[in-house]
Amino acid sequence: MSKRSNWAVPYLIFLVIFVALPLILIVVYAFQGQDGGFTFKNVTNFFTDGDALNTFAVSIEVAIENTLICLLLGYPAAYILANKDLNKSAVTVILFILPMWINALMRTLATAELFNVLGFSLGKGTLLFGLVYDYLPFMIYPIYNVLLKMDTSYAEAAADLGATPVQVFGKVTLPLSMPGISSGILMVFMPTVSTFAISEFLTNNKIKLFGTIIQENINSSMWNYGAALSLIMLLIIGLTTLLLGGDKENAVEGGTV
Amino acid sequence: MSDNNIIIDIEHLSKSFGDHQVLKDISLYIRKGEFVTLLGPSGCGKTTLLRMIAGFLQPDEGKIMMEWDSKGGKSEFLDVAKIPPHERPLNTVFQRYALFPHLDVYDNIAFGLKLKGVPKDEIDVRVRKVLKLVSMSDYEDRDVNSLSGGQQQRVAIARSIVNRPKVLLLDEPLAALDLKMRQDMQIELKEMHQKLGITFIYVTHDQAEALTLSDTIVVMNEGRIQQIGTPIDIYNEPVNSFVADFIGESNILNGTMIEDRKVRFLGHDFDCVDEGFGENVPVDVVIRPEDIYIMNKTEGAQFTGTVKSCTFKGVHYEMYVNTDSGNEIQIQDYNAFETGSTVGLIIRPDDIQVMRKERVENTVDCTVVDETHIEMLGEEFECKPVSGIAPGAPAKAHISFSKIDLMDHEEEGTASGEVWFILYKGDHYHLTVKTESGEFVYVDTQDIWDKGDLVGIRILPEDITVTEGDEQTK
Repeated sequence: MSKRSNWAVPYLIFLVIFVALPLILIVVYAFQGQDGGFTFKNVTNFFTDGDALNTFAVSIEVAIENTLICLLLGYPAAYILANKDLNKSAVTVILFILPMWINALMRTLATAELFNVLGFSLGKGTLLFGLVYDYLPFMIYPIYNVLLKMDTSYAEAAADLGATPVQVFGKVTLPLSMPGISSGILMVFMPTVSTFAISEFLTNNKIKLFGTIIQENINSSMWNYGAALSLIMLLIIGLTTLLLGGDKENAVEGGTV
Repeated sequence: MSDNNIIIDIEHLSKSFGDHQVLKDISLYIRKGEFVTLLGPSGCGKTTLLRMIAGFLQPDEGKIMMEWDSKGGKSEFLDVAKIPPHERPLNTVFQRYALFPHLDVYDNIAFGLKLKGVPKDEIDVRVRKVLKLVSMSDYEDRDVNSLSGGQQQRVAIARSIVNRPKVLLLDEPLAALDLKMRQDMQIELKEMHQKLGITFIYVTHDQAEALTLSDTIVVMNEGRIQQIGTPIDIYNEPVNSFVADFIGESNILNGTMIEDRKVRFLGHDFDCVDEGFGENVPVDVVIRPEDIYIMNKTEGAQFTGTVKSCTFKGVHYEMYVNTDSGNEIQIQDYNAFETGSTVGLIIRPDDIQVMRKERVENTVDCTVVDETHIEMLGEEFECKPVSGIAPGAPAKAHISFSKIDLMDHEEEGTASGEVWFILYKGDHYHLTVKTESGEFVYVDTQDIWDKGDLVGIRILPEDITVTEGDEQTK
């Protein structure tokens, strides 16, 4: 209609080709049998495939562990970075964010090599190390952002009303930084479930994650089963987002890099 | 202090942020139940002082003595400078309210009581009572973000007074409200103060608000207390031209105290009620615009003038009158006088407020470089030949107010600075200029400058007289 709405056309085309179409293809493949007809078999196969179910459980477990470790390490780090008395330089913030600028694959390969040189045997420990190393900045940054923007008068008001420094943190600072925390959890948990390269390199495929079996299926031309697994993963990610996304606006704001 | 009516006694308080000294040797005491206002322009240190009383800042020097209930039920006086804010028996209403956005109205107000472990049903009673006091009953379940500015303000006050503090600190609490709302809240605050009997310490830059609310006003400027007094004292008897200019409208004029009870200004001699200034001493004279009697006939008048402009202001007319001495004065009267007409003017003796001049010339610390050069204000100036002072020695440079030229561009002057404060003296402006070196110079000029203008400072060599630097700095 108006000229201005025409500007959206290139983006629309982009969205159709790179987002909508692939999604439709995933759904189509997921419900297509070997013969090309419609079937639920691919999806139901997953629930009888002990191997896949096991991997799924391991994936969720690893993702939860990774998210928890990132939160426990990331929150204090973000708190210190955002506190003007403790951190007076912007450079320290950059140093924490810097790893995000380098390709995750490169970092993972380098980490794996480091473990080889140091003689560590690859396994769960090295996997978690690699995951935390990769995803920690994604936890720190949204929390740091929320804490930095937080009006210091809230903490002062709490102290003024009789709260000790510990109570100020527990009753005001922590609840007010929840948008940053949920945004950080989203940004760590979801990619961890679908990651495959990190587990491949850092455990020598000893531990398989959900992303790994999708990749294996696609690689061995089992497109239909792979698509079904992808669909299941999408649903899980969607559910997590819904559960954590009660405060959507803030989560997005907190996640802005 | 032997007066046991005193609740806070501040002694010689100083505070610097980096190189900038924001509070300089502040001493004052506050009586129980008093409504004290810290009044001053932004950057005068009033908020810093309040934050120090609250405990958010520690003083560099000095004591904050506060009445303290010890465990035996007796009260004693204690220096609280090192005691953290959560242990102090006072509460603050913050400028932007600082209501906790994750809690509703009820939980915001109950916050302090819960921390103290007050039983649940007592919390309930007290929260409801205080909500009623601020006329916010029925709002207890509301989300604080859904409230208007005025309502948030009421909740913020309720959250503080529910804890029954000995002293309530208010940091420009009405600054964010519109005029009508502000005036309503002023009345409510005053009533609340009378009902509760709590000591209020109130910070504002609004002089009208201070005059309306306070029992005592503390006027501050540049980190120092200028005057402490009742609103009436401060309005009628300002101690210096800053206070006179800051509080209300005023004509501030140069004058000479001829002898006791006789002062000369606007080219005429006036009877006044002031004594003890000495004879022929230069003074500042303050006349409030409403204290000048204006009439159409000139016989019987002390002096005459021509009406330059006349503006209706609601209750009164505001007129600018050129006097026969060539000064411009502001007059307020219930009657309008036609522009261009000649009027007779009378000032009654007790409406003339005479103030000792803070200074009669610029006296600047300097260092002698050679016989005809000195270093001052961070730059080198040429001056009248200096004799008897060795190069490198500290000295004082004396420069008359009218002998400093201000330039439009900073680079045109020997030194540069910023116009800090402007006072209209009837026929010229008296400017305070803060130089780049952080010192103040005072300039009399006919030119119109604005506050914040960046200027070059030029002084002719023959206008700089150098004398030996005395050890005494004052």
